[in-house]
Amino acid sequence: MAITTLNDTKIWQRRTPPQQLLVWAGWLGLVALFVLSWQVMTQDTIWLFVLDAPQQAADIGRRMFPPRWEYMDRLWKPLWDTLNIATLGTMLAVVVAVPVAFLAARNTTPSIHFIRPVALFVIVSSRSINSLIWALLLVSILGPGLLAGILSIALRSIGFIAKLLYEAIEEIDEKQVEAISATGASQAQVMAFGIVPQILPAFAGITVFRWDINIRESTVLGLVGAGGIGMQLMASLNVLAWPQVTLIFLVILGTVVVSEWVSAKVRHAII
Amino acid sequence: MTAIAAAPRQWRRPSLIANPWLRWGLWLGLAVYLVIGIGAVEVNWQRAYEGLDRGWQFILGFLKPDFTSRWGDIVVGMRESLTMTVTSTVVGVLLSIPIGVGAARNLAPAPVYLVCRSIIALSRSFQEIIIAILFVAMVGFGPLAGFLTLSFATIGFIAKLLAEDIEDMDESQAEAIRATGASWWQVVTWAVQPQVMPRLIGLSVYRFDINFRESAVIGIVGAGGIGATLNTAIDRYEFDSAAAVLLLIIAIVMICEYSSSYIRKWVQ
Repeated sequence: MAITTLNDTKIWQRRTPPQQLLVWAGWLGLVALFVLSWQVMTQDTIWLFVLDAPQQAADIGRRMFPPRWEYMDRLWKPLWDTLNIATLGTMLAVVVAVPVAFLAARNTTPSIHFIRPVALFVIVSSRSINSLIWALLLVSILGPGLLAGILSIALRSIGFIAKLLYEAIEEIDEKQVEAISATGASQAQVMAFGIVPQILPAFAGITVFRWDINIRESTVLGLVGAGGIGMQLMASLNVLAWPQVTLIFLVILGTVVVSEWVSAKVRHAII
Repeated sequence: MTAIAAAPRQWRRPSLIANPWLRWGLWLGLAVYLVIGIGAVEVNWQRAYEGLDRGWQFILGFLKPDFTSRWGDIVVGMRESLTMTVTSTVVGVLLSIPIGVGAARNLAPAPVYLVCRSIIALSRSFQEIIIAILFVAMVGFGPLAGFLTLSFATIGFIAKLLAEDIEDMDESQAEAIRATGASWWQVVTWAVQPQVMPRLIGLSVYRFDINFRESAVIGIVGAGGIGATLNTAIDRYEFDSAAAVLLLIIAIVMICEYSSSYIRKWVQ
């Protein structure tokens, strides 16, 4: 904040002139970057196709309605597969992520200089690759099917769960740990009575949250052949069966809403 | 010393779920589900066994990534991904500011609130890749479809968090500005904007990061970006090129993550 005096009157301004200049230069740089990016991005765009987008949209919209409700008979099995991919994938991820989190947390890791960086690297590489890319890889390695879907969901979730969990472990109340070790408890007992009860609510919340995200992600894994309702979506899109696509969209929407409701309920009950 | 008498009462740790019926019911449900769920997974072990060789090649590819033979494709893909990320983040954030203000209960009248909340819900309920399929069908293959997809997805994310932030702001500052006789616009610029700006910048930087990661995925359905290069490499079983692309993605994501946490610290 700056107050300048002009003709004996004090004038209040939010920023001093150099600050003002810096902010302005920052915005200018951002605008320049945006314009440059836009030009590079659209240099190969065929605007003729873009201009008739409203007609295309209207056309697709017309073909999408009404949804083909009879198709639902063939969606129950893929839907069940989708739920299995998300749930089993989350469980598998939890089994791996919990030890990784304990190895990565500063206060529980056996070695800060050797094991902690390895655990952190596992977390980062699992987090930076999307589950669809994992699925793409695993389908080409293991062949199409549920197994590839479950593994790709698990591989992506390990980093997410381990990261949030190790942050929770680092934020625990050290006094409780001290109280337990003062009774002469062993390392394992300190873990079971001092640390685990403190992070259990966070752990349950994180797991349910990730399960909710995994339900969303597993609905589209089938696009690359990893099983579930996405396979039906791809099949319908390939033959341009838009009424079936609409029905699948509605089913996905319903599943997502239900899973979000469940996860909100559970997290509300815990916290 | 006489022997210490056994404690008359025993202490046990309280459980996370206090009700024993619910607790054991959940465990039982979990066990039943595991049996049914795992039973439902059909695995072609023959095919998976044959795939082990490819898996090994993929791991070898990570040790010896091949940057050179597909370098041209990688450069084009990365250029599309990065430009797409920049433009979609800027446009998405610009669009989500009015929607976020409209979705804040303490600033907007009820009809506007409902409209803005429905836009947010619509944008959040579908995966980026599904939106990308629709946009590719409308505007054709290429990064423009990806740009539209990511902008649309950004709206749901930023507008929702911005609205929550505005609802949580310190009301006394808004009241102080209102007491000077300020109009609605003046309240927004002088009371709301300074309070939410640091967090908005932090969220935008974070969303930039997410948009880059997503831009690597939507290429699979034809919306441009590095995902298309990756998809081609994997389809042709060129695992060394695929590993090179993945390593580049991991590197850029890590750079983004570090600089974004730095920027967020600096802004707040």
